[in-house]
Amino acid sequence: MDNSVTTELSEHIGSKLTGLVQSTELVNDELVLHTSVKSIEKLLKFLKDDIQCKFEILLDICGVDYPERDSRFEVVYHLLSISNNQRVRVKVPLKEGEAIPSVASMYSSAGWFEREAWDLFGIFFEGNQDLRRILNDYGFDGHPLRKDFPLSGFVELRYDDEQKRVVYEPVKLTQEFRRFDFMSPWEGADYILPGDEKVED
Amino acid sequence: MSDRYIDNYTINFGPQHPAAHGVLRLVLEMDGEIVERADPHIGLLHRGTEKLIEHKTYLQSVPYFDRLDYSSPMNQEHAFALAVEGLLGCKVPERAQYIRVLYSEIGRIGNHLLNLSAMALDVGAMTPYFYSFEQREELMQFYERASGARLHAAYFRPGGVALDLPESLLEDISNWNNQFPKFIDDFEGLLTENRIFKQRTVDVTPVTAEDALDWGFTGPMLRAAGVVWDLRRNQPYEVYNKLDFDIPVGKTGDCYERYLVRVHEMRQSVKIIKQCIEGMPKGPIKSEDNKISPPTRGEMKNSMEALIHHFKLYTEGYHVPSGEIYRAVEAPKGEFGVYLVSDGTNKPYRCKIRAPGFAHLQAMDYTSKGTMLADTVANLASMDIVFGEIDR
Repeated sequence: MDNSVTTELSEHIGSKLTGLVQSTELVNDELVLHTSVKSIEKLLKFLKDDIQCKFEILLDICGVDYPERDSRFEVVYHLLSISNNQRVRVKVPLKEGEAIPSVASMYSSAGWFEREAWDLFGIFFEGNQDLRRILNDYGFDGHPLRKDFPLSGFVELRYDDEQKRVVYEPVKLTQEFRRFDFMSPWEGADYILPGDEKVED
Repeated sequence: MSDRYIDNYTINFGPQHPAAHGVLRLVLEMDGEIVERADPHIGLLHRGTEKLIEHKTYLQSVPYFDRLDYSSPMNQEHAFALAVEGLLGCKVPERAQYIRVLYSEIGRIGNHLLNLSAMALDVGAMTPYFYSFEQREELMQFYERASGARLHAAYFRPGGVALDLPESLLEDISNWNNQFPKFIDDFEGLLTENRIFKQRTVDVTPVTAEDALDWGFTGPMLRAAGVVWDLRRNQPYEVYNKLDFDIPVGKTGDCYERYLVRVHEMRQSVKIIKQCIEGMPKGPIKSEDNKISPPTRGEMKNSMEALIHHFKLYTEGYHVPSGEIYRAVEAPKGEFGVYLVSDGTNKPYRCKIRAPGFAHLQAMDYTSKGTMLADTVANLASMDIVFGEIDR
């Protein structure tokens, strides 16, 4: 995409919306808007209706988990404008347990994307009428795309021939889960090698 | 008789149903034969691809993309390769770009052949299915000759493509390509003016342009509704801006137009393949940067450095600078996007896959409300649903 168009759009949004957008940046030729939970509805409404923006398609909503941050989650919206041929990304930081307003009444496509973010991250979308699990099993416990959820999960299931039904059991790994450490000691990794524990003292 | 009260009932369409295109459990609330509410239950093929990718290096992540939409595997890899290349800032040689476009279009034809003939099968026509599988088989062989695998190719890798095309492959693709328009004519002869096919599809579940945008439609579904939008033209990647092709657009967005748009897309793909073969330059097929693309076997026998590079690339992999990127390609089903967040290590921090079918299937309730049960089947088939990409 054309860089100058994106800069122009960024300036336009910045001049029209002083309170709603906290900051704008250009990452890999893509326009990113940072906003807050309070202003997300207003901002998306503006982006949809404003003549210079006209983002008609909500392509995607997804969560990203940063456990070490104060606001643990980041909700990322991807918008596409057909009439102006441009894209924008909107990012909202969110604390664990905090709710974010649903935009399903504005963009119909948001419904399932919000369900997915709820299912995989446990991000609660206030106002979504149908916030059920979508990808995981009906009685699933936990939110698997969080960083503290293990790759192997907690339960596994098999068909039990005696009970004639599928049963859930705790995961049994025949071999310990292997996590390879590729951080190079020459490239700034800061960890203590075995035997060097007392060097600092 | 007149005061007898008939209750509404709910039927389960799938998960085991030949017209469910995989494992869709569609809960239909019926009023007689009219659908009152359609509630698709998805996730029966959920494999946790996004979680798995977070635990794999960038190169090891590539094959997961083949397993998303398994009817056009290389097109999905393409989006991932573009995203990683964007973060790495590496350039792809021209020959690799041409090969990618060539195989994207082969994938598109293969996908449409599968979808259109399955759609015909769902509405009662069995013959096109067998005819088109004969052609699809040839395409699978072209896949195999280039990558070594008929389906799970892992061919488009960040930095270029895995291998160069073998000799005489281009000639064979060209020969196949020349006879294919004749096949499309025959195929259309079976369906396009077929009375039964038209009765089952014309004016069935039409979608207006505004609604298509509202529901996040992309690809043939959006174009059938009359919106001129194709990423290959509007936001060109690789060498699409050098190629000459048209974008077929429908008017009403019903099942029949979706069919027509796909048929015409196949004709355009034939045109693109022809131009790719003619314009294919000589040269390298992957990035020259040895920190990203592995050395050849010959180099490894003679150069210590090449050996080290090879070892490092296939154990540790390359480190991608931290940042985030969204790259999308015009996959046969619509906009297939990859949102990649990197934290500077050799594994993606987050890789969100934006599958076109997910948004299309979401509109199932909206499109099939008030239609007959049999129309649901035609609607579902014309949406081009593949559960690999929807359930991820």
